[in-house]
Amino acid sequence: MATVTTAIKAEARDLNFFYSNGARALKGISMPLYENKITALIGPSGCGKSTFLRCFNRMHDLYPGNKYQGQIVMHPDNTNVLDAGVDPIEVRMRISMVFQKPNPFPKSIYENVAYGLRVRGENNKRIMDDKVEEALKGAALWSEVKDRLHDLAFNLSGGQQQRLCIARALATDPEIMLFDEPTSALDPIATANIEELMVELRSKLTILVVTHNMQQAARVSDYTAYMYLGELIEYDDTDKIFTNPGRKETEDYITGKFG
Amino acid sequence: MEHKASVLENLADVRAMIKRHKRNDTLFAAIGLLCLMFGLVTLMLLFWQLIADGYPKFNIDFLTEFPSRRAGRAGLLSAWVGSLLVMVVTFLTAVPVGVAAGLYLEEYAPKNWFTDLIEINVSNLAGVPSIIYGLLALGLFVYMLDFGQSILTAGLTLGLLILPIVIVSTREAIRSIPVSIREAAYGVGATKWQVVYDHVFKYSYGGILTGIIIGMARALGETAPIITIGALTFIAFLPPSPITTEPPFLNFEWLSSGFTVMPIQMFNWLSRPDHAFHVNAAATGALIIIVTLLMNGTAIWLRYKIRKNIKW
Repeated sequence: MATVTTAIKAEARDLNFFYSNGARALKGISMPLYENKITALIGPSGCGKSTFLRCFNRMHDLYPGNKYQGQIVMHPDNTNVLDAGVDPIEVRMRISMVFQKPNPFPKSIYENVAYGLRVRGENNKRIMDDKVEEALKGAALWSEVKDRLHDLAFNLSGGQQQRLCIARALATDPEIMLFDEPTSALDPIATANIEELMVELRSKLTILVVTHNMQQAARVSDYTAYMYLGELIEYDDTDKIFTNPGRKETEDYITGKFG
Repeated sequence: MEHKASVLENLADVRAMIKRHKRNDTLFAAIGLLCLMFGLVTLMLLFWQLIADGYPKFNIDFLTEFPSRRAGRAGLLSAWVGSLLVMVVTFLTAVPVGVAAGLYLEEYAPKNWFTDLIEINVSNLAGVPSIIYGLLALGLFVYMLDFGQSILTAGLTLGLLILPIVIVSTREAIRSIPVSIREAAYGVGATKWQVVYDHVFKYSYGGILTGIIIGMARALGETAPIITIGALTFIAFLPPSPITTEPPFLNFEWLSSGFTVMPIQMFNWLSRPDHAFHVNAAATGALIIIVTLLMNGTAIWLRYKIRKNIKW
């Protein structure tokens, strides 16, 4: 790999995943996530990129019958987040997530951002106000909403709602943030805002983003992984993947011959 | 291109075909409207008949007088107070049990053959004839548990009767919450109870409330199970007041009191040979329908008001 030594924040080790119907959606995936970097997952629909992303915060635990095999180890504490002894709630407190479609709660803007703190038992108003402001500033939304924090979140535009969801995920100081096709429901201007925001957030945390949009991966990410049919085909520097991919399959996909 | 040309060539035919197909639209709309009107108009006529017949009794005295041997003086006091007290017991039993059961089934229960069986049974229970509930209550509450032919027995019976309605509507209300909202809450580290209490319950209580009100409206008009457990048909006294002026301000003797309810009073008056009593019965029927309509109206208004701020 071209880049010099960067700390590894998390690492998938020989990860397999089975849905409750027995379908094997991930096949022996091993790859690192570098700290304070953006890693993009690309590949055609159904290749397992979202499935892989949702392993990191144990989202699959919500549905009975799903099974993980292998490890996702977080550093520096070497916790395997997939370990049956590790509570998924603990994992989700360290790894937060932004979803495909903006999904604010039908509550006020303030309450949306504060919810992660409330879940953690925080009820000191001053601390909460500070955290909410900080998160909204971090999500580049503060100036637009500071005068109407107690308005309903649904009154915001789609792009603002997605930034609100980022603020909600940010308020609890996560170590890793997962983005599952965060701009697929947004217009180009809102998309550009979110992309810019992701690049800014990189200094605070580690980002893993699933995208169906190759230009987006090329624009925002430091590393890119190409997946196909549940397998990791190639993982490398984004520049290398898009200019000089090592595998024929990757080249076919990024040049549009396939997919 | 070729396809387009073929339409162009046969334009007259195509237009005739569209016209023919559209006739089916009109036909179905007409049949549908007719069916709808059949139900609505029948109900309206019935209601109108009750109002026209009961009109002379539409005054305050009718609500403040006890039943009497003389039709002109007979009132509905003991019946509406009885209905009200029975409804209180029904509400207090059916709502907590039904909502908790619905939440449990939808959110906590594992999905297996046993919960499937429970689900089918709950839906079926909603269709069991109400007199069966009356028989069950007679055996269980009146004889086995010795609650007597009391307000408590009646309230519990109607509570059981509407329990399936409350459970089913609770589950439906909960199911309308999108997965994305649950995942958002779980995603920030919420526990199952936090998701249920902070989100699921708060966003669905409009629908739950609607189910409760509709269930209560049904219970208000039920006659068969109440007759089965042996409610009195003529009482000229009120149960002891639930609220007292001395501490502890609450009194539970009313629970074991004898009672009558509005539909039974109506039934009683209707079965008299003297036509003067039929006026009272009509007035009572009109009152029951008005209260039921008011309850349903409240349900619709509440649902609208609560759903207004929730868009998904």
